[in-house]
Amino acid sequence: MHELGVVFHIIDDLKEVGKENNIEKIHSVTLQLGEVSGVVPHLLTDAWNWAAKKNELVEGAELVIENLPAVTYCEDCGCEYETVAHGKICPKCGSERTYLLRGNEFLIKEITAT
Amino acid sequence: MDKVRVIEVKRSIFESNDQDADKLRKELRESKTFLLNLMSSPGSGKTTTLTRTIEVLKDKYRIGVMEADIDSDVDAKTIAATGVKSIQLHTGGMCHLDADMTRQGIKELDVTDVDFAILENVGNLVCPAEFDTGSTKNAMILSVPEGHDKPLKYPLMFSICDVVLINKIDVMPYFDFDLEKCKQYIHMRNPEAKVIPICAKTGEGIGQWTDWLSEQIEESIK
Ligand SMILES: Nc1nc2c(ncn2[C@@H]2O[C@H](COP(=O)(O)OP(=O)(O)O)[C@@H](O)[C@H]2O)c(=O)[nH]1
Ligand SMILES: [Mg+2]
Ligand SMILES: [Zn+2]
Repeated sequence: MHELGVVFHIIDDLKEVGKENNIEKIHSVTLQLGEVSGVVPHLLTDAWNWAAKKNELVEGAELVIENLPAVTYCEDCGCEYETVAHGKICPKCGSERTYLLRGNEFLIKEITAT
Repeated sequence: MDKVRVIEVKRSIFESNDQDADKLRKELRESKTFLLNLMSSPGSGKTTTLTRTIEVLKDKYRIGVMEADIDSDVDAKTIAATGVKSIQLHTGGMCHLDADMTRQGIKELDVTDVDFAILENVGNLVCPAEFDTGSTKNAMILSVPEGHDKPLKYPLMFSICDVVLINKIDVMPYFDFDLEKCKQYIHMRNPEAKVIPICAKTGEGIGQWTDWLSEQIEESIK
């Protein structure tokens, strides 16, 4: 269960952010999640709802997930294409010499708090 | 009541673990301990390979093993039978170890009398790749029945490994496993990766692996 482990890390990070900014209560947390980050959004939300109950700072806080699309670059023909639709193989020239440009991000973007 | 503020955080989820891992790496370096993080899918042959590795290197180095296999101490018992120090880490059903959990394990092992520490990570190719444990080197095992296209499916794992062991080469005749293709896929993701075909069952190829390890260990503990 990858998502639960990840949620514990998020809560630890939020505790630090809370200290740095003199926060008593976090009301919402916005994450940016790349399409191929390996994290499943609904599992993340489930894990969040469970874990957030156990911590005063984030108890009841809403989790907002912004999805970022994944894009792959082809070294042979120089094109950029959607990773999820085509995978490793370039749809234009059939090359396998491709690499992920973006889409594996996993960031805490912002929070609302008092 | 205080006004609700919006605070921009812009922080990677893995950032704090990455910093912690770098710190652990430095601590290990100072205590002259080499830490190997060994990863693979379940059943690829981590425990069998470790047993072989220990047989070859146990007279040369003081070895300690941390087992992180979920909810089972079978592996820890197998390793204990080789005569080296071994402990079972309790991951509480977690799918990976982070730097902090690794540090706790290292503490329990007590590095003052260990120069070569080994972490048998949780059997999984996704999560362990994302959480740096603070290890000196990363190794993974890909076994023949899993197929030569694994590097395409789990690119992150292959990109963070210093060495990839291709295990169970004894069953090669029964699978359409293309070793050259596999090497090519690994090097596409990670041109620096060393690839060593082995058979943990018979010991074939283990010499090349333990030679590589010895070189790395000497480098860290001198
Ligand atoms: N044929 C064959 N079987 C192997 C080899 N190495 C390990 N195995 C078998 O694969 C199974 C899983 O091995 P184990 O070391 O427990 O894998 P782990 O889950 O990664 O620790 C066991 O039944 C081993 O006997 C090998 O080189 N060849
Ligand atoms: Mg094992
Ligand atoms: Zn192309």
